This record gives sequence, structure tokens and C-alpha cells, in this order.
Amino acid sequence: MQKDTLVHAEHLTRYYGHTLAVDKVSFDLAKGDVLGFLGPNGAGKTTTMQLITGNLAPSAGRIEVHGIDLLDEPRRAKREIGYLPEQPPVYRELTVEEYLRYCARLNRIARSHISKAISTAMERCGLNEVGHRLIGNLSKGYQQRVGIAQAIIHTPAVVILDEPTVGLDPIQIREIRALIRELGKEHGIILSTHILPEVQAICNRVQIIHQGRLVFSDSIVGLEQQLKATSLIAAFHAAPELEALAKVPGVSRVEALSGGRVRIHFTEMNPAEALIEQSVARGWRLHELSPERRTLEQIFIELTCSEQPVDQPEETA
Amino acid sequence: MIFTIAARELRSLFLSPLAWAVLAVVQFILAYIFLSQVDNYLVWQPKLAAVEGAPGVADLVVAPLFADAAIVLLLVAPLLTMRVLSEERRNRTLSLLFSAPVSMTEIILGKYLGVLSFFLILLCLLALMPLSLLTGTELDLGKLAAGLLGLTLLLAAFAATGLFMSALTEQPTIAAISTFGLLLLLWIIDWAGNSDNQSSGLFAYLSMLRHYETLLKGQFNSTDVAYYLLVIILFLGLSIRRLDSDRLSH
Repeated sequence: MQKDTLVHAEHLTRYYGHTLAVDKVSFDLAKGDVLGFLGPNGAGKTTTMQLITGNLAPSAGRIEVHGIDLLDEPRRAKREIGYLPEQPPVYRELTVEEYLRYCARLNRIARSHISKAISTAMERCGLNEVGHRLIGNLSKGYQQRVGIAQAIIHTPAVVILDEPTVGLDPIQIREIRALIRELGKEHGIILSTHILPEVQAICNRVQIIHQGRLVFSDSIVGLEQQLKATSLIAAFHAAPELEALAKVPGVSRVEALSGGRVRIHFTEMNPAEALIEQSVARGWRLHELSPERRTLEQIFIELTCSEQPVDQPEETA
Repeated sequence: MIFTIAARELRSLFLSPLAWAVLAVVQFILAYIFLSQVDNYLVWQPKLAAVEGAPGVADLVVAPLFADAAIVLLLVAPLLTMRVLSEERRNRTLSLLFSAPVSMTEIILGKYLGVLSFFLILLCLLALMPLSLLTGTELDLGKLAAGLLGLTLLLAAFAATGLFMSALTEQPTIAAISTFGLLLLLWIIDWAGNSDNQSSGLFAYLSMLRHYETLLKGQFNSTDVAYYLLVIILFLGLSIRRLDSDRLSH
């Protein structure tokens, strides 16, 4: 195992009664990683996160946090974890400062460091103005921030955030995303979300979980390779034969669509330029040409809407 | 760590109006009972003075006061313990404790200590009433101490029972009513089989009231103390198991 592996999960399995919620999920999280967990509702994202944070015990499998086995030494391992559940675990009757002080104590921060830890966490989450207010009186966005502050107060190696931007307004979402990106520099972060662009915006690795299985796991760079355009949509006033189009250099396959449009697939070289040249030369009267990009959404839907997962979960490096 | 959790528990209790209301109501009712007992005693006192070895203030005022206090506390204890774990579960704040480097035992003991310290505050206020008699008369302090010990043990057992019931459910009211039911059952369990000598021994031993009564008489039996300690340990142990099973399977 590499030295800077922060989380090492091996064949995590969890049953609820007879229902299999998480099925042999394995992955690693390295320092500096921001790992996005995607999946439809009920796919097992939250369960996986609860397993990693020790809120649930796995039916089978192994979890190591910063090299410490979570099941053998839960106390030591949990020190390295900060967890924000779907609903921030805040006590409404306490003020922000009181609450964070309690969290700091719970996480066994030395007494002399507590005040500093609180002020750092409040500073980072933008809570300075509301420190003396009751949590119950704060807006959902601020409560969410208090939840994040609670998760990072003891500077854990791993921060796990379950849908951190749900219910926030667009400005708050941007702020929280910036915060997560900044946290990602020093901590390893796992976050789950339904919002696909969010993953592209803040994560450097993506995992899609479906029916308890890991069906996709790649870095965001690798993902972008997959997202690159591999087809063009074109429309002509005087449409040529499909065979004629297929002969244009670079085109691998042509597909007729409704409304006189054609989809032109290509593999390596983009044939857009050649198409335009040919159109002018042969009078096809091209009037529309647009690259078709696969979106993360498409990949997501491909992977999660098929009955059987396409990719078997592979051992991720 | 236990104390951190206990301190927060106590603090949260006092931040809600419930704790203050309970303190006020209990204090008012017990003060009324106390005064009427003192009143009664003043009526009987001239006659008692003539009798050799007649019962004193401790028997005629303090013991009835404590006996009534136990009933009043039986009614209010479930209200104070009901929220302890059920509300954490309901508000999903339990995961804060579960993800922190804290063991289940520490969580339960912390919660228990928090509730118990509230009960001890209540008890201190109660103890002030008989102690105020010291300004005007002599008091059998031994009997008073035995009574206080009895009430402390009783409340500690109430708290443990309530904590366990609170660990079982998400609804505070259900925790309250089941705590009340269980406590009342343990209170009156010796009513059953009063005529039948074979079973009454067990029922009498299980009764919280029986063990309390001997302490109120000023008798300190280790069996009574052991009974309360067993009840406390049993319910705390069960609570820890219950909380741990949250993690294991559903």
C-alpha cells in the first residue's frame, strides 16, 4: 500500500436484513484526492459512507483509515475521519461556538488547542458572524456550514461529506464548492452528490455506484477523455447519399436522423473541416454542423439504467 | 469524554423549559406535602412528648415526605429521560457521536451521568426541606441519610430505566410512556401473589418499593443497595447493547 493512501476499502459488503445494500465495493483514496460519489437514489452511497465512518459495521470487508483498521481500532481510526451526514448533526439549542467546542472535545482535541481549532474552523466555513447565534435560528445554508465546520474541526485526514450542497442557494453552493476544493489540498475528501456538474467542477476522481456496486471509477481526466466529442450532427439542404458522406476522410460511420439530419461518427481526426470543403465543392448546402459531446449525464444514465452493470467493478489502483 | 457528553446533556436539559418546569412543579408539590406533614406533627407533638420512645420528626415528617417524593418522581422521571437518546436518533445527531472517537459505553455513561446529575440537583433541593427543620428541632440525621440514599438509588434506577427505553425508540413520548409503565410495574409488582407465599418472595424482591421502604425506616441492608445497583447495571448494559446494534444490523 502506498504511504499516502488515506482510505483503503476492501470488498465492503453490507446487508440490511436480506437486502444487499453495498456489494463488494473496493477503492482507495489518496491524499489530495477529491472523490465524487455518484449514484441514483438508494444506490448505496450513504451506506458506503456510513461504513467508512464507522456509523455502520460492514457485513464483510475491511476498511483502513490512514493505515489504521477501522474495525480493530475504531477510536484511533475515527480521529482521522470527519463526517457530515446528509442532515447536519447539529444541536439546535446550542450556539455555533458552543456546538463546535463540544465537537472539539468529542474529537479529543487537547484543551489548549480547542479555541484555536474552533476559530480556524469558523474562519474556513465563514461562520465568524454567526458564532454567538443559536444553530436552530440559522438558515439551512449556515447549518450546513456548521456541519462542515464540525467535520473539519479536528483536521482529520479524511473528510466525508454526504450531499454537502443540497438545499443551498447558488451563491452558497459556489462558496461550499470553493471550500471543498480548498480542503482537498490538505485532506482527502469523499463527497456524494446527485448534481453531476458538481463532480466535474470540484472532484478529481469519480465513482459511480449502482445497486450497491461500483460500476465506474476513473479520474476526472480519464472521464474527460470519454466525454470528448466522437460524433457530429450535420444538416444539409441538398443531402448527399450516406455513402458519399461516409467517404469523407475521417468519418467512420454515418447515421440518418429525423429532420434531414445525420450523425457522423469519427474516431481520431475530426472531419468537420473536410465536410465543409466537400459540401462547398459538391453543393450539399450544409447549414448546420455541431459537435456532439457525451455528457457525464449520458455516461451516468448508460451505467445506471441498464439492468446489469456494464463494467464489472475492477480493482482500482 | 464521559464528562463532556454528560455536561452537554445537562446543559441541553437546562436550555429547555422542561427541566425548569419540572423543578418548579416538583418543588412546589413536595413543599406542600412537607408543610402539611409539619402541620400534622405540630398537632400530635404534645401527646407524643408524653410517650417514651415515641417516633420523632424523622419518622413523622421526613419518611412520609420521601415516600411521597418517590411517587412524584416516578411520574416525572420518564419526562426527563425520554429525550436523552430518542431525540438524538430522531434529529440524526447520533452520527456525530458515532463518528467521533468515542465508544458506545462512553456515550451511554455520559448520557446517564448527565441525567443523573439533574436528578441529584432535584434531590439537593428536596433535601433542603427536612434540613431546614434543624433550625428549630433535632433531627435523626442517620435516618435522613438513609432516606436520601434510598431516594438517590431509586432515582438512579429510574434514570437507567428511562435511558434504556429512550434508546429503544425514536419517539420521546413512547419512551416516556414505556418508562412510566415499566417503573410502575416494578413499583407495584409485589401486589401480585400477596396471598400465595411461593411466588411472592420473588415479586417482593423485584419490587422497587419494598427496597425503598426499608431504607426509609433507616435500615441499611446491602441487599437493597445491591438490588438498585443491579437494576442500574442491567439497564445501562442493555442500552449499550442496543446502541451498538444500531451499527450492526437492521
